[in-house]
Amino acid sequence: MPEGKLILITGRSTKQGTGLNKGKDSRDYQEAVRTLEMNREDMARFGLRDGDLVKIKTLYGEATFTCRQEKLPKGMAFVAYGSLSSRLVGGETHASGMPDSKGFEVEVVHLPRGD
Amino acid sequence: MEIDNVVCAFCGCVCDDITVTVEEGRISEVKNACTLGRAWFLGHSSNAHRPSGTVNGRPVSTEEAVEEAARILAQARYPLIFGLTSTYCEAQKEAIALAEVLGACIDCCTSVCHGPSGIALQGVGEPTCTLGEVKNRADLIIYWGSNPAESHPRHLTRYAVTPKGLFTPRGRKDRRVVLVDVRPTPSARAADIFLQVKPGKDFECLWALRALIKGIDLEEDAVADTGVTLAQLKDLADRMQSCRFGMLCVGQGLTQSRGKQMNTTAVFLLVRELNGFTKFAAMPMRGHGNVTGIDNVLAWQTGYPFGVNFSRGYPRFNPGEFTAVDVLTRQEADAALIIASDPVANLPRPASGRLSQIPTVALETRESETTKIAKVVITTAPAGISAEGTVYRMDNVPLRLRKVLPSPFPSDEEVLSRLLERVKELKHA
Amino acid sequence: MLKIVQGEVYDPINGIDGEKRDICIEGGKIVAEVEGAPTIDASGMVVMPGGVDIHSHIAGSKVNTGRKMRPEDHRGDVVPRTNVTRSGVGYTVPSTFTTGYRYAALGYTTVMEAAVPPLTAKHAHEELNDIPLLDKASFPLMGNNYFVLKYIATGEFQKVKAFVAWLLQATKGYAIKIVNPGGVDTWKWGKNIESLDEKANTFDVTPRQILTTLARVQEDLGLPHPIHVHCNNLGVPGNYETTLKTMEAVEGRRIHITHAQFNSYGGESWARFRSKAPEIATYVNDHPNVTIDVGQVIFGEATTMTADGPWQYRLHQLTGHKWVNSDVEMETGAGIVPYRFSKRNSVNAIQWAIGLELLLLIEDPWRVFLTTDHPNGGPFYFYPQIIKLLMSQDARLEMLESVHKWARTRTSLKELGREYSLYEIAIITRAGTAKALGLKEKGHLGVGADADIAIYPKLDDPEAMFSRPRYVIKGGEVIVEDGKVVKDGLGKTFFVEPAYDEAIEGEIREDFEKYYTVTFENYPVQLEHYLPRHEVIPCG
Ligand code: SF4
Ligand SMILES: [Zn+2]
Repeated sequence: MPEGKLILITGRSTKQGTGLNKGKDSRDYQEAVRTLEMNREDMARFGLRDGDLVKIKTLYGEATFTCRQEKLPKGMAFVAYGSLSSRLVGGETHASGMPDSKGFEVEVVHLPRGD
Repeated sequence: MEIDNVVCAFCGCVCDDITVTVEEGRISEVKNACTLGRAWFLGHSSNAHRPSGTVNGRPVSTEEAVEEAARILAQARYPLIFGLTSTYCEAQKEAIALAEVLGACIDCCTSVCHGPSGIALQGVGEPTCTLGEVKNRADLIIYWGSNPAESHPRHLTRYAVTPKGLFTPRGRKDRRVVLVDVRPTPSARAADIFLQVKPGKDFECLWALRALIKGIDLEEDAVADTGVTLAQLKDLADRMQSCRFGMLCVGQGLTQSRGKQMNTTAVFLLVRELNGFTKFAAMPMRGHGNVTGIDNVLAWQTGYPFGVNFSRGYPRFNPGEFTAVDVLTRQEADAALIIASDPVANLPRPASGRLSQIPTVALETRESETTKIAKVVITTAPAGISAEGTVYRMDNVPLRLRKVLPSPFPSDEEVLSRLLERVKELKHA
Repeated sequence: MLKIVQGEVYDPINGIDGEKRDICIEGGKIVAEVEGAPTIDASGMVVMPGGVDIHSHIAGSKVNTGRKMRPEDHRGDVVPRTNVTRSGVGYTVPSTFTTGYRYAALGYTTVMEAAVPPLTAKHAHEELNDIPLLDKASFPLMGNNYFVLKYIATGEFQKVKAFVAWLLQATKGYAIKIVNPGGVDTWKWGKNIESLDEKANTFDVTPRQILTTLARVQEDLGLPHPIHVHCNNLGVPGNYETTLKTMEAVEGRRIHITHAQFNSYGGESWARFRSKAPEIATYVNDHPNVTIDVGQVIFGEATTMTADGPWQYRLHQLTGHKWVNSDVEMETGAGIVPYRFSKRNSVNAIQWAIGLELLLLIEDPWRVFLTTDHPNGGPFYFYPQIIKLLMSQDARLEMLESVHKWARTRTSLKELGREYSLYEIAIITRAGTAKALGLKEKGHLGVGADADIAIYPKLDDPEAMFSRPRYVIKGGEVIVEDGKVVKDGLGKTFFVEPAYDEAIEGEIREDFEKYYTVTFENYPVQLEHYLPRHEVIPCG
């Protein structure tokens, strides 16, 4: 099971935004916030294919996402804001009120391909 | 029935030209809105099936839910009031009055979106303008750490990139558009130039630009490891100095990454110095919802735009001390009132975890992660669909939300004013 | 019902100069007689109408940005909540509640918000509604408005007039405010205008044309208050000539020059900076069509905030202080820079002296008014300090000795022996301002006036006296006792409704829809939502 580090960027996406309005339990929203985007080389490095499950870990927590290949710089992963991404963020704000929500290091664990 | 000039407050663009068709008590068609706005109007058509309120998951009337909420808040020693994004100013005022009576901490989503822009304003000021100035004059648009195509879709078409204005009669042809971000987002398609910065290196690039416009000769290694070359930055600096009217749109890529308020400070300093050469403005890409409104109301009533603490009977401001993430992460808040936002989904786990440990009251129009853990839920009418009031656009222009559909539920303003009255009575008793 | 007995009454509009009179109140108004009313014994006290501030910045987008950008301003001046009042913060840009309470606690009951960008008028009204106790009105900014300039350029006076009337109604405004006419529009490209006949803005219209046209419009519409003008070249050495030309430009029509202190400067550089207050005062003395307010400097912290974007940028460059600029599409601009007036600073000392010179040299108190252009010259709650300086030459000379010597050598202040009487103080702080504003039910204590009354203990020290009224009555109710607010409540907002030819709406719609970013329909301020308590002041 190959493992490694990536820099995680969280942000808005259209699907997350429209899904939000259909309801947080809607399929669109859930799909949007559960999808982790990575670039092709990183996916290959981790032995991942579109639709595989990965576990992302940080000092603060972990969450499982479905992977998808996207045009991203090497070494970066992207996920739409939501209840999953927020599990990975710490509560320290360095006296700013703002947690480090973008651009933090995460550990990627490839989960065995489903049944 | 068609209703024209309806205001959408899903994002900070607050487009006020939406046409909504109402048929048989629901919104059947939405014109002029972007996909996000459409989804907002269509998605909120009906929440009538929800209970008026719940206490410990048990359906109750609004009155019972308010009663329980008042009891919880009045008993708390350090309550937190948080959110206030997707609601209007008249309701926000009630929330501030409540915070004052409770001696609570009151914070809004600003602290986790553009709080660092607010802090930069406090440090160095901010050269800015309303969005019409951008439409009428700007010939250089820079989105930095912002992905308007997905966060503020009509920013591109209504205000900044394609619209034809007084001195930009050819619209898109009269403008150069630059995108600076850590990844090629869908907004890159709207840009002439895309600069890909490495995560966490925005400050270095901004500082280098400041040096360049001051005519300081930089060596290539000054920008080593930023992802962009000195030549790219020199080109950008030239464009910035030689445009007629530049606009730098500040995204959350700057406020939420390493550097935070230092990044936004660098932007405001850079833009301020550019005014020595040409006309230049900056604007934080505010909003979700009416987050600009709560900043404004908090500022005029308390002097501070977010993270305000009333425990001494007067307002105090200190980001990192009185901001929601900190108050929750440090396990200080012993009760919470969440209004029109979903912190359980959006705040970091160490903070949101606290909300499930303490009695939390949620005012919401629909199910959310927060309503799932809240001890008391009070269902309210969605602002801008079934409740009217004032909202502020990202450039601080006020507009008035319309009520286009009836709702069986009270508005946030009504619930909060009842809650305020009850809390006052309990506190006096 | 209330009866104030045994007080020494100063009611200049009715010619009452310190005579003992009883004042009867019923239904919020002054009446001739009341039977069986509770009485306030005002013996040993001075009774005046409630203060009327003709020019202050208390509400709206610019003021609020000033609040947001200055946490350091608020921290040392906190205002806890009481059983009656809301909490807040003070100093130069107080929060809304505190603004209302502090004005009331000085005996002021009516205040004008002097600069509102029409596009954000709803914001100004939202804040005005959160300023308790006071009656208020606001002045929409028009001197750089696209449509005003356009119709001046095309020579269509009737359209300017119709547009101004429409805009006053759309914004629920009270008077025509003009700031750096033409210059603020020019600033939208980063430039400024330096003389009355310079053409440099969108439509190549001169400041002179803007001033004369709007003065005519004001007269034709019969607006209660004249054009309210912040001149070109504000703050700049040598600007007194521009000010003289501005007053001349209106050819005898009414004009109010605001914070004239900032526009009475001689010398062609900061090194040669000097007072030209005598020249300005002489002109005002000879021209009854002119009124001014002074914009007195208070030593200490200030927050400068004006629609005069180019001036504020210049001040930022002079000081290096943090700077906000905010241009408003089609209409106006705004700039904010924190500032500190220091006694030891030569220019500041002259500025301080000029305000007093204007007050002392302009002979007719009905045409010169006390303001600090709050918070530009300093906070309004320092008015009692200025009153003392006006009433006592000794106090003035003492203070003059404590400031930079240029205030003695480059102004005429030390030669001025005039001392204001209480009667004159009542004129420059309430009667005269109410009259200049055309507020017929304010500023006096005659039958039919609003029962807004300030009762001060009669003390030898005017500063102490005016700092702490014994009672303040607003609309017939006691709101302040011994300088403390004892009752909260919402005052009224005044506006005007001049008639206009409705064809103007069709006329402006096309450009409006092309160049604004809000719809025409969503632009106006809705009375029912934003002016919960209001009163229309008639025109003509
Ligand atoms: S851009 Fe924003 S405000 Fe405009 S329609 Fe889309 S979501 Fe609504
Ligand atoms: Zn002013």
